[in-house]
Amino acid sequence: MNDHIVTSFDVELKEISRAIVEMGGKAERLVAEGVTSLIRRDITLAQKVVLQDAGIDQVQRDIEEKAVLIIAKRQPVAGDLREIVASIRIANDLERIGDLAKNIAKRVIAIEGEYHPQKLVRGVEHISELVLEQLKEVLDAYAGRNQAKALEVWGRDGAIDTIYTSLFRELLTYMMEDPRNISVCTHLLFCAKNIERMGDHATNVAEIVYYMVTGEVLPESRPKADASSDTTVAFPGTSAKV
Amino acid sequence: MTSAVDPTFNIASSVAAKPGAEASPTKIKVQNLQFYYGQNHALKNINFDIPEKRVTAMIGPSGCGKSTLLRVFNRMYDLYPGQRAEGQVMFDGVNVVGKELDSTVVRSRIGMVFQKPTPFPMSIYDNIAFGVRLHERLNKAQMDERVEWCLRKAAIWEETKDRLHTSALGMSGGQQQRLCIARTIAVRPEVILLDEPTSALDPISTSKIEDLIDELKREFTIVIVTHNMQQAARCADNTAFFYLGELIEVAPSDVIFTNPKEIKTRDYITGRFG
Repeated sequence: MNDHIVTSFDVELKEISRAIVEMGGKAERLVAEGVTSLIRRDITLAQKVVLQDAGIDQVQRDIEEKAVLIIAKRQPVAGDLREIVASIRIANDLERIGDLAKNIAKRVIAIEGEYHPQKLVRGVEHISELVLEQLKEVLDAYAGRNQAKALEVWGRDGAIDTIYTSLFRELLTYMMEDPRNISVCTHLLFCAKNIERMGDHATNVAEIVYYMVTGEVLPESRPKADASSDTTVAFPGTSAKV
Repeated sequence: MTSAVDPTFNIASSVAAKPGAEASPTKIKVQNLQFYYGQNHALKNINFDIPEKRVTAMIGPSGCGKSTLLRVFNRMYDLYPGQRAEGQVMFDGVNVVGKELDSTVVRSRIGMVFQKPTPFPMSIYDNIAFGVRLHERLNKAQMDERVEWCLRKAAIWEETKDRLHTSALGMSGGQQQRLCIARTIAVRPEVILLDEPTSALDPISTSKIEDLIDELKREFTIVIVTHNMQQAARCADNTAFFYLGELIEVAPSDVIFTNPKEIKTRDYITGRFG
């Protein structure tokens, strides 16, 4: 795309874009470290993750402030406007991802010293690898303004939901096998859910990137395969899934 | 990205497609319009529809032909030798640019307000009565009523009712411009053409005029040429983008200002035109 006639506008837009990429990097690192602290039962690392979340929150506030200022000063339209709105929304999703990573780290601290066979965390490790991949891909899609890549990420979330569902069943089985597992497995279940939610946020970001680049909104229904929360009761306007 | 404007593009139908907006019949239909300033081909094969009782904005860089098109609508070019239009501008089934139509009649049905306020050097009352007298024979009471009606419509009655017989030149720029709008409405046209009506006004007067445009579109079809894109985004139901004498894109303003289809439109409205 051509540069603006007003060069300082370009500088401001680039700054916001750079801040999002930076924030994305921080969120990725936080997720990776949060999961590592869970797998290794590393309390020191977990504490570090809890503290680092504040840094992400700070970047989010900066981005919001910059975006509001650009709207006030430049009255952006079309692609510029979409870019600004996207940056606010993506920052929001990344901030939530940071929170979820922090929550995992807090649980690591909570289950310290409890009976904790290593096989229990295998599934969580696997799902987190997938989510980290999604996160990386969607941030690349953002940086490269690549709607095709965003669309790929958007379509892949179903796989994560499927794994989450099987992990849910697996952890239930462990709990039934040995009641000593219940406490840890419950925490792990929350961790798994947190990671699955991160996947949802990555999908949100993919939708936002797609909108930012094309101006088109993706259809509301996307592939969903988390059957663990399916009910036999139909919501108004939806069909019951059993 | 689509490559070119569909020559049969119809704003009225695209507005109808948008939820919340009701379909509006076409008031002015421009077909294969060419315009020449002597040798200079200023408008190149323009096709588009202006829906009734809607605000249509025309935007584009200087010299793109938007003001020219506005002038074609009420035969302003008749006043200058060497300027000619080809094609059709159908206004309620009549070709405005055809030779058979008297330009005075056209102008009473299609009124125009210019960039700079142009009050006549006479009283506020006479500024309005002057044009009305050309077209209608009204008695004193009827004329008083007409003057009040159009001053109210132009949202300037409260400010002028106690000084109707003082000179219009003593008013502020914003008031003068609203008086010019009142004067245009006075002959009860069907279409109002506004050529950058607020470019010489302060922000408060501008807001008043924009508020007025919103009010007037209930009864009149409005076409506005503006360099202020925010103004087009705020006031207009549809926006047409012109460049070098061609109509590049026309669409509901909501679409033009969030997701324009043409690269030229996008570059222009986002301030990227070199």
